[in-house]
Amino acid sequence: MKTFAESNFPGRLIAVEGLDGSGKSTQIYLLKRWLEAEGIKVYFSEWNSSELVKSATSKGKKRELLTPTTFSLIHATDFADRYERHLVPLLRAGYVVLCDRYIFTAFARDVTRGCPPDWVRGNYSFACAPDLTMFFKADLDVSLNRILEGRPKLKFFEAGMDLRLSPDPYESFKIFQGRILDQYLAMSKEFNFVIMDANENVEKQQILVRKLVSEKIDLKKFKRRSPLPLPPALAGDREEKEELEDKAA
Amino acid sequence: MSPKKSHRFYGHGIPRVKSEDLGGRLIVVEGADGSGRSTQIAELVNWLETSGRPTVQVGLKRSTLVSEELEKAQDGNVLSRTTLSLFYATDFADQLENLILPALKAGFIVLADRYIYTLMARDMVRGMNEAWLKNLYGIAPVPDAVFYLSVEPEELVQRNLSKNATLDYWESGMDLGLSRDVFDSFLKYQGAMGDAFRQLQKTYKFEIIDANRSVNSVNKDLRKKISAVLEEN
Repeated sequence: MKTFAESNFPGRLIAVEGLDGSGKSTQIYLLKRWLEAEGIKVYFSEWNSSELVKSATSKGKKRELLTPTTFSLIHATDFADRYERHLVPLLRAGYVVLCDRYIFTAFARDVTRGCPPDWVRGNYSFACAPDLTMFFKADLDVSLNRILEGRPKLKFFEAGMDLRLSPDPYESFKIFQGRILDQYLAMSKEFNFVIMDANENVEKQQILVRKLVSEKIDLKKFKRRSPLPLPPALAGDREEKEELEDKAA
Repeated sequence: MSPKKSHRFYGHGIPRVKSEDLGGRLIVVEGADGSGRSTQIAELVNWLETSGRPTVQVGLKRSTLVSEELEKAQDGNVLSRTTLSLFYATDFADQLENLILPALKAGFIVLADRYIYTLMARDMVRGMNEAWLKNLYGIAPVPDAVFYLSVEPEELVQRNLSKNATLDYWESGMDLGLSRDVFDSFLKYQGAMGDAFRQLQKTYKFEIIDANRSVNSVNKDLRKKISAVLEEN
């Protein structure tokens, strides 16, 4: 699987992966804020968020209509829609695209649900590999606690209840997440995951994230041609302020 | 009852479904809009049920899961080709698991008003890779018989216009930009679909039925062939 850089896309794609509760969404959000402040052309895309497909997915989940096969295919449809309509054009236009979960989420979850690995991988083979994939690895207990503290009621598919691992949603969730973690770790070398210590505090992780990104990607190439101009009044304020500061100095 | 016969899958099949549990018969009728597919299937169901055989019917865009959403997306013309392909695959898989497989397990005769071949042909015409499609549809059981109702594009135009007084956007392949004229586009697109079916026939071996003939003579042909399939071990 070639990366976007290897496929001669002008843009670059950064993905974060990890279990629910690993803190990956917080990290990619902070990364986005930094890149925006640096004047980088940046776009953020989340797993399972296509406008086109979302209502079908949520109906399927609510009514518990999904099997491992349809669960896999409907998420692939969602991904394809975002990939073809947003990611590819943006990457061709030289954007840095940030993805909260990428195809590896499907590789891990769908295989845990019993889909054949080469079938799932084949279905996603239209997609290029990220230029950087950070895997946020927290102790299973830490991830579980973060989720279970915040949201006491677990959803059916989220808890892996369709796998009949345990009649107790909490117990089922724990077993399910453990198996997904195993799947992730098994593919981490093959897909060049950079393993991040998600037990570390948030600020320290973010420093490392930013360092990794600037090492991997020559960010100055991805700046907007002209920085977004500030509204006139504010721009004036800033000049006055600077003059005052200069005088004071 | 027909003799028990198990069904294998084209590829990996469906998790936790054993092919030896699938009895019954799976009969597919393929063909463009206007080839007389639906009429033929209605006749076949009538014939089978009067002779005491239980049937189940499936078709494209009939799933509980995504049919409405798929319809809406197609109306807005916003579907890119991979998305279109996977959306239809989801629709197929939902009917496969909720209708086709349970019916085969119960020994029913499943009549499919189009199957994976139409989906594959449409995608191939849109430039999707055949190997990718083969993997995707490895979930499908191999039918006992596939009949492709072949009608010349010029005749299809006549039948579609006399029925609807218009040519359908997708059945004319307007998304492909073959021509801005819907009439020209329809002819080109249906020609390309015919080529794609002939390409698929090399791998999937379906019977091509000349459907330029009358409804009755086509149906007589189909009944004869299906009767033979019902007796197979």
